[in-house]
Amino acid sequence: MMGTIPTATNEDAGFLARERLATLLEAGRALGYRWQGPQLRDGAIVMAPLEEPSALPWGTGDRQAAGEYRTRPGDPRRAFAWANGPQALKPLVFAPRETLWRVKRDAQGRLAFAAETPLVPRTAVLGVRACDLAALELQDRHFLAPGREDPHYAERRHALLLVAVNCTHPAATCFCASTGDGPAAQTGYDLLLDELDEGYIVRVGSQAGQALFEQLTLRPVSEAQWQAAASATEQAVAAQQRVLPPGDLSGPLFGNLDHPRWEVVAERCLSCGNCTSVCPTCFCHRQDAAPSLDGASSDQQRSWDSCFSEGHSYVHGRSLRHDTRTRYRQWLTHKLGGWHAQYGRSGCVGCGRCIAWCPVGIDITEEAQAICGGGEHG
Amino acid sequence: MDRYRLPFDAEVAERVQEAADVFSLYLRIPDPDLARDYAFVPGQFNMLYLHGVGEIPISIVSDPEEPDLLMHTLRAVGRVTKGFEKLKVGDHIGVRGPFGHGWPLAQAEGRDLLLITGGLGCAPLVSVIEYVMRRRERFGHVTIIQGVKHHHDLIWRPRYEAWMRQPDTTVLLAADVAAAGWSWHVGLVTDLLDQVPLGPQGAATMICGPEPMMLAAAQRCLQLGVREEDVWLSMERNMQCATGHCGHCQLGPQFICKDGPVFPYTRLRTLLGRRGL
Ligand SMILES: Cc1cc2nc3c(=O)[nH]c(=O)nc-3n(C[C@H](O)[C@H](O)[C@H](O)COP(=O)(O)OP(=O)(O)OC[C@H]3O[C@@H](n4cnc5c(N)ncnc54)[C@H](O)[C@@H]3O)c2cc1C
Ligand code: SF4
Ligand code: SF4
Ligand code: FES
Repeated sequence: MMGTIPTATNEDAGFLARERLATLLEAGRALGYRWQGPQLRDGAIVMAPLEEPSALPWGTGDRQAAGEYRTRPGDPRRAFAWANGPQALKPLVFAPRETLWRVKRDAQGRLAFAAETPLVPRTAVLGVRACDLAALELQDRHFLAPGREDPHYAERRHALLLVAVNCTHPAATCFCASTGDGPAAQTGYDLLLDELDEGYIVRVGSQAGQALFEQLTLRPVSEAQWQAAASATEQAVAAQQRVLPPGDLSGPLFGNLDHPRWEVVAERCLSCGNCTSVCPTCFCHRQDAAPSLDGASSDQQRSWDSCFSEGHSYVHGRSLRHDTRTRYRQWLTHKLGGWHAQYGRSGCVGCGRCIAWCPVGIDITEEAQAICGGGEHG
Repeated sequence: MDRYRLPFDAEVAERVQEAADVFSLYLRIPDPDLARDYAFVPGQFNMLYLHGVGEIPISIVSDPEEPDLLMHTLRAVGRVTKGFEKLKVGDHIGVRGPFGHGWPLAQAEGRDLLLITGGLGCAPLVSVIEYVMRRRERFGHVTIIQGVKHHHDLIWRPRYEAWMRQPDTTVLLAADVAAAGWSWHVGLVTDLLDQVPLGPQGAATMICGPEPMMLAAAQRCLQLGVREEDVWLSMERNMQCATGHCGHCQLGPQFICKDGPVFPYTRLRTLLGRRGL
C-alpha cells in the first residue's frame, strides 16, 4: 500500500496554510458539527471536544514500545506528529456503557418496554488515522451487518464526519503497513489531510467532505507539496519493523490449539483485558439490568466486556475458559482467525495499541509468529 | 426497535413443576398483533427477561402450530432461573425472539429419525418429537433415546411411555444411577445406540445435551454407519444479546445465537470436545 504519488491535477484537493486551520473548525461548526480532536491529557493523546486549533497537541511526539507509552517534545510546527494514543473511534460509535431499553411495571404487573435511543449530535472528528478508519470499517461490518443493524451503533455512526490525517510518525509498536491498513488512509474518510511543515493538503473523500471542503479557502497544491506528502508516507512505511504473518491465520491458529506457546504466554498475561479495551475492533459487551430503587422500572444496560473476563464464557454455573491460557487463546484465535470466517478478513488493523498498553508488554505479532510461524500447522 | 432487540410483555398463563428443580412456564402474549405474528420452528430459542434481574436464553418447547401458549422448561440453576422459579400464574415477563436456526425438519422428512438427548437437553427435542408425532406419516421409524444422571431427573415420563406405544417408534431410556422402579437401562446413553434399528440409509440424527455426551453420541453414531452430514447438534454458550453482536456465544468462528444453536456436525467437528473453546 505504498502511496502512489497523487498529481496536482486532482481537483478535489487544496492547500490550507497552518495559520488557517481554525477556518476548518469554523466551517465544520457552520455546517452543524461539533468537533472532537486529539489533545494531550494526563500524559496521553486522547480524543476530546475540540474548540480551537491551539488545543491540539502541537509539538508533541510519542515513544511507544511493548508495555510503554510516553509523550515527548516534537516539532512545534506539527500537531499530528505522533502515533495513536489509547483511544480509537470506538468509544464514539460503540459506547463503553449505554442503556438499550427501559421497562416499567404497572400496578397489574404488566411490563411496558421502551427503546432508549441515544441523542447524538453531529460530530466531526479531526485527526483520524488510517488504522482507525480500517477498524471502523470492521466494526461497521459487525454492528451494521444487513438485517442485523444495531440501532445504537447506527445512530452514533451516522452522526460522524471523519477528517483523517495521514500518519507520518508511526510508533515502534505499529504494523499497519503489514496488515495493509495504513499508514496512509485509503477510504472511509470524508476529508483527508497530509500535514506538512507549512500546512495541510486537503483531499475530499465523500459528499459530506465535499460540503466542508467548499467552505474552505485553499491554494492549489504544488508539485513539491505532493512529493513531500508522498515521501512522508513512504518513510512511515519504511519505519515500521513489526509484521504479522500474512494471510488467513485461522488454519494455523485453530490447528494449534494445544501449542505449548499458549502456556508460555499465559505465564506472563495478567488477564486484565487492557488489550481488548484499547483494541479498535473488539466488540464484546455484556448486558445487565439496572433496576430503580423502588423496583418499578429497570434500565437494560450494555457495557464493554472482554474475553479475558471470568464471566465472558460463563455457562451452567462455570467459566468455560477458567484459565489465562484459554482466554489468551480466545483473543488471538478470534482476532486473527475467527474474523476471517465472520467478516472476510483479520480483525487486526496493526494499530499496535494492544502491545503498548499491555502492562507486561505481550506482543501480538510475536505470539502470532510463535504459533503460526513454523511447523505444526494443522 | 423490533422484537429481536426490544422485549415484549408476556403473561404466565400456566406453571407446571416438572421435577424438584425443573418447571415449565406457559406464556400468553397479550398483544393480539404480536401473538398473531409470532412464529417459530422447533429448536429456536427466546431470550426471557425477568424484571430487574436479567435475561437468559431458553429453548421453546411447544408445538409451532399451537402458538397461543409458548412453553419453556427451565432448570433453576442460578440467579435468573431461580427468580423465574418463583413466578406464579398471572405474573409478567419479557420475551425477545425467536432466535437462531432450528432442527432440519424439512430435510428429515421421509427419513428414519434418531433423536438422542441427555438431561434437560430433551427440552428442545421434545418439540421435535411432538411435531413428528402429529405428522407421523411424513417420517420413517423414530428412535428416541433419553439419558439422565439420576432416575428421578427423568421428566415427562408419561410422555415417553405414550411414545413407546406409538407404532414404528422405539424409545430407549437410560439413567447413570437408578433405583427400584427403573425398568430401563442403567448406564450411558451411548450404550443404547447399539440397539438402534439402523437401516442402510442411516437416520437423520438430532442430538441435544451436555457437550461431552453429544460428542460421544455423535462419534458412536458415525461408527454405526450414520452419515456425518445427517448428524445435527444443538449448542449452548453464554448469551447476552442473541443478535450476533455481544461476542459471548462464539465457538471458534461461529456465533451460536445466529449461526446455530442447531448445527450440522460437519461444522463443529474440529471444535467439539476442545476444552476452553
Ligand atoms: C440456546 C440456549 C438454549 C437454552 N435452553 C434452555 C432451556 O430450555 N432450559 C434451561 O433450563 N436452560 C436452557 N439454557 C441454559 C440457560 O440459559 C442457563 O441455565 C441460564 O442462563 C442460567 O441463568 P441463571 O441466571 O439462572 O444462572 P447463573 O449461573 O446465575 O448465570 C446467569 C448469567 O449471569 C451471568 N453471570 C453469572 N455469573 C457471572 C460472573 N461471574 N461474571 C459475569 N457474568 C456472570 C452470565 O451472563 C450468565 O449467563 C439454554 C441456553 C442456551 C444458550
Ligand atoms: S489486535 Fe492489537 S494491533 Fe491489532 S487492531 Fe487490535 S489493538 Fe490494534
Ligand atoms: S472475543 Fe475477545 S478478541 Fe474477540 S471481539 Fe470479543 S473481546 Fe475481542
Ligand atoms: S449471544 Fe451475543 S453474539 Fe451470540
